[in-house]
Amino acid sequence: MKDHGKYQPLSYFQLMETTLRELLVEKGIMTSEQIDAEVEEMRARTPERGARVVARAWVDAAFKSKLLKDGSGACQDLGLEIPGLKLVVVENTPEVHNAIVCTLCSCYPRVLLGIPPDWYKSRNYRSRMVREPRTVLAEFGLKIPENVAIRVHDSTADMRYMVLPMRPAGTEGWPEERLATLVNRDSMIGVALPLSATARLQI
Amino acid sequence: MQAAKYKVGEKVKVLKAYPLGHIRTPYYIRGCVGEVERICGAFPNPEELAQMRDGLPPLPLYRVRFRQKEVWPDYRGSDRDVLEVEIFEHWLDRA
Repeated sequence: MKDHGKYQPLSYFQLMETTLRELLVEKGIMTSEQIDAEVEEMRARTPERGARVVARAWVDAAFKSKLLKDGSGACQDLGLEIPGLKLVVVENTPEVHNAIVCTLCSCYPRVLLGIPPDWYKSRNYRSRMVREPRTVLAEFGLKIPENVAIRVHDSTADMRYMVLPMRPAGTEGWPEERLATLVNRDSMIGVALPLSATARLQI
Repeated sequence: MQAAKYKVGEKVKVLKAYPLGHIRTPYYIRGCVGEVERICGAFPNPEELAQMRDGLPPLPLYRVRFRQKEVWPDYRGSDRDVLEVEIFEHWLDRA
């Protein structure tokens, strides 16, 4: 545990962040209110946004077909702006399982999934996911049968990817809001499946 | 915007080049042959942006699909397993 009572000098990056922020305000490039608003916006982005998109696609075929053709446009229809980049949504089927990685850095659909988990940024995941995806997925507890093809997406440039997982069995007739509670973050990265209908009943 | 040189479904080869600087073409895919999966549009050249230049005109960006067994000869998994990577046009050649 950290001893918060003890004086600790700022780390290199803390000092750099504070200096940059103060300079931006001092030179009138941004106001401190604008910076606070941006930080708040970052905090507001959580995987629940992605789950909303997935649940809508599960109940609305027209929305789903637009989502697969034009991810950013479909999200805009739900009031979710995807600024500056293009969202590509890839669909899991009984024949194909999709998974996302960024081998060069850690590109991630933050607008829909929030701040990426630490393992997504690790060298281990980034280097092995393109090389031995079946082994990596098994380490996540996801065994993909040999007759299902694995499609790994390396986000190297201006696209951002999200997986549209398959709708769990036994959820016929569920309302959209309830379906969204089954959609966990990892299922939209492709390293897990959504919760099952029974798992949700047990919670 | 520059018109895209390659069509969807066309076979392309990633250049096996090692220039210095900020390059968005991963090492492991250089020299590999794949198939254009889609044309993503045109985007400023990241190699130029990294040098504080405007990166214009925007370059066509492709998603190229590679068979895992062609990328990694000792790949363990299905023959149908694939890898998709975004690659800018100046990194591609006809295969």
